[in-house]
Amino acid sequence: MIAALIRWLDERLDLEGLIAPFKHKTVPRHRLTYWYFFGGITLFLFMIQVLTGILLLLYYRPGANEAYESVQYIVTRVQFGWLIRSIHAWAANLMIFTAFVHMFSVVFLKAYRKPRELTWVTGMILLFLVMGFGFSGYLLPWNTLAFFATKVGTEMAGQVPIVGKGMMIFLRGGPEVTGATLTRFFGFHVAVLPGIVTVLIAIHLFFVQRQGMSVPPKVEAEWTANPAARREMKFFPNFALRELMAWYVAMGVLGALAAFFPWNLGVKADPFISAPAGIKPEWYFLFMFQTLKLIPSKVWFVDGEVLGILGCSLAGLLWMLLPFFERDKAARTKVWVTGISIFALVYVIGMTVYGFLAN
Amino acid sequence: MASLRINVPRVTSSVLLLAGSILLAPSLYGQAVNSCLDCHSALDGPLQVTPEKFSQDIHAQKGLTCVSCHGGDASSYDPDQSMSRKAGWKGKIDRRQIPQLCGSCHSNPAYMRTYNPSLRTDQLDQYHTSMHGKRLAAGDTKVAVCTDCHSVHDLRPPSDPRSTVNPVNVAQTCSRCHSDAAYMKPYGIPTNQFASYSVSVHHEAMVVRGDLSAPTCTTCHGNHGAAPPGVDKVQNVCANCHAFQAQMYGKSSHFKAFQEKGLPGCVVCHSNHGIRMPSDAMLGTGHAGVCMKCHAPGDKCDLARSAILGNLTLLDGAIKDADQSLRLAESSGMEVSEARLAQDQARDSLTKARVTIHTFQTSLVDADIQAGMKIAAANLKAGQDAMVERNHRRIGLGICLVAIAFMLVGLWLYIKKLES
Repeated sequence: MIAALIRWLDERLDLEGLIAPFKHKTVPRHRLTYWYFFGGITLFLFMIQVLTGILLLLYYRPGANEAYESVQYIVTRVQFGWLIRSIHAWAANLMIFTAFVHMFSVVFLKAYRKPRELTWVTGMILLFLVMGFGFSGYLLPWNTLAFFATKVGTEMAGQVPIVGKGMMIFLRGGPEVTGATLTRFFGFHVAVLPGIVTVLIAIHLFFVQRQGMSVPPKVEAEWTANPAARREMKFFPNFALRELMAWYVAMGVLGALAAFFPWNLGVKADPFISAPAGIKPEWYFLFMFQTLKLIPSKVWFVDGEVLGILGCSLAGLLWMLLPFFERDKAARTKVWVTGISIFALVYVIGMTVYGFLAN
Repeated sequence: MASLRINVPRVTSSVLLLAGSILLAPSLYGQAVNSCLDCHSALDGPLQVTPEKFSQDIHAQKGLTCVSCHGGDASSYDPDQSMSRKAGWKGKIDRRQIPQLCGSCHSNPAYMRTYNPSLRTDQLDQYHTSMHGKRLAAGDTKVAVCTDCHSVHDLRPPSDPRSTVNPVNVAQTCSRCHSDAAYMKPYGIPTNQFASYSVSVHHEAMVVRGDLSAPTCTTCHGNHGAAPPGVDKVQNVCANCHAFQAQMYGKSSHFKAFQEKGLPGCVVCHSNHGIRMPSDAMLGTGHAGVCMKCHAPGDKCDLARSAILGNLTLLDGAIKDADQSLRLAESSGMEVSEARLAQDQARDSLTKARVTIHTFQTSLVDADIQAGMKIAAANLKAGQDAMVERNHRRIGLGICLVAIAFMLVGLWLYIKKLES
């Protein structure tokens, strides 16, 4: 029956021709192949986000007077609402984590080099957008921590010279964080960002499919020296099935986190109370937050916070342009880029841990 | 020959300086001359008043000077002129005259209005009705007059935390006389009030928690003299703040019984200056118990006491059990905020029951207890249900993980088969 249906569709749509490239496509097989899975896991988590996000939309009501209560209703009254919400929140964090792992694995495996510069750039833009997802989604339950984190976060955006003030007003929908901000963030979170991210993911995957998987330079050198050592596997089904295994593992981890550590709802936001002591942003912004905290209030004649924000923005921009700094056969450049990459990884982890431990 | 040159800027500035000096001279002179302070700042002992001290005084800040109270001529350094009776000099104000002197301004509404329209002007009248005022009128100069409590020459408004009559400092100020056993000996009244008050719940509220609305000496005894409105005896003053308790007590059997025996109401059970935080132990038979000081073991009231205490303990325990259950559920990540909120209602019922005790009717107390018990039981169940739900989730997770593990093994074997 199913075979007949597939045959029927194939006659009309040439399904064979559609999947033929995937059948011929191969993936390099070496000791570092497992790093390739993180991109796929990030994609899987994004799909989980879309699915659970749609389910949450059935009950969620944006608005300062209803948002918190609607999320409370979801986690206490709706059948499996707690599971959907917890998975949505945990998958968001895991997605940002795997996106970072994917990004650093690409850096250390040198997969960003020519001809994959645009794949890297689209990937970096996706990483920024995923963090934007986190920032906009964090406010939606309208709890105290989310309220003040958004207040601090948008204030930081307001520090950017010239455009900062306007950007802050645009993000907040007014001079203060109010119900207008919530509605606006809801719009970004469920319409604007998903649209842009879906298009970018399609472009990113198209690049990956066109260019194939990159082989790390060391492995490539070994294979060049000993061509018999070169090994590959078919993308479909061999690599795809392995990826599927990774997705199953991710699903198990998600389920365990949701069951053992259901995402806390917190206390409803009250704009008239003072910010809780020692308030911190989500872990993925912590390294930037801690950096800003360590910069003196005045550096020469420049405001420390402005300097920090401009510095972080410049570092992010330069990081996105990383492939364009690397030259073919320039050993010194490669050493320099590796050094910077190790420093960036240690800095991000170190500052995040420091941010967690700091009072 | 040297030419005569006029330095126009220098001449202009010199002229302006001269004109300014002429214009400002009278005011500068007026401010500088205060022979009273100039001499008294050089004196020792009680006669010493320094400009620094006097500048702290609210009267000085409002523009009054030594002359305003003491008379005389502060513009002259000649003692015969400055302290001349002809110039109205009064010298050291006699203690008996102090209330009248202060009242000459403070009892004048029209005059006081120019400085502080919200300030009362009946202090002197009140003082005359007070024990201090009556004794002073009878010739006892040991009693407190205005300056004893408010200080003198550095008198600050009561809102100033350094003021001797700031709510936080009032008890200390009263204790300067009332805790001095030798000073108070002729009056035959106790001198342990401040010591008792220092360990009281009211003192804790005032000093430790910084609640300036908490009672201090003057709250119950009045400040300048009269007791608070509607209070015929100081023992009834509790009702001013503890209105519900007073209403209930007023309708209770104890009210009549205490009146017949001349017992001072609230104070019988709660004491006065050393009043502690009330606890359920006051209904017990132990050291803190108060009922059995009057009632006999086994009588009708003892049985009622025992029943009320038992029910209060029961509700208190039920609330604690529900709290523990909800805490456990919360620590497991379960959402129980609604039950947490409802716990406040249970606690309110317990508080209400403790207030209702002042009716001394078990049925009324029981009604509050039962209302609280019902809420606490529902909250306990909410916590227990949350834990059951948590266990279901974990069982569900276990089943899913086993299924995932099977799927992983299956996939791995399939891949191996494909690649073999």
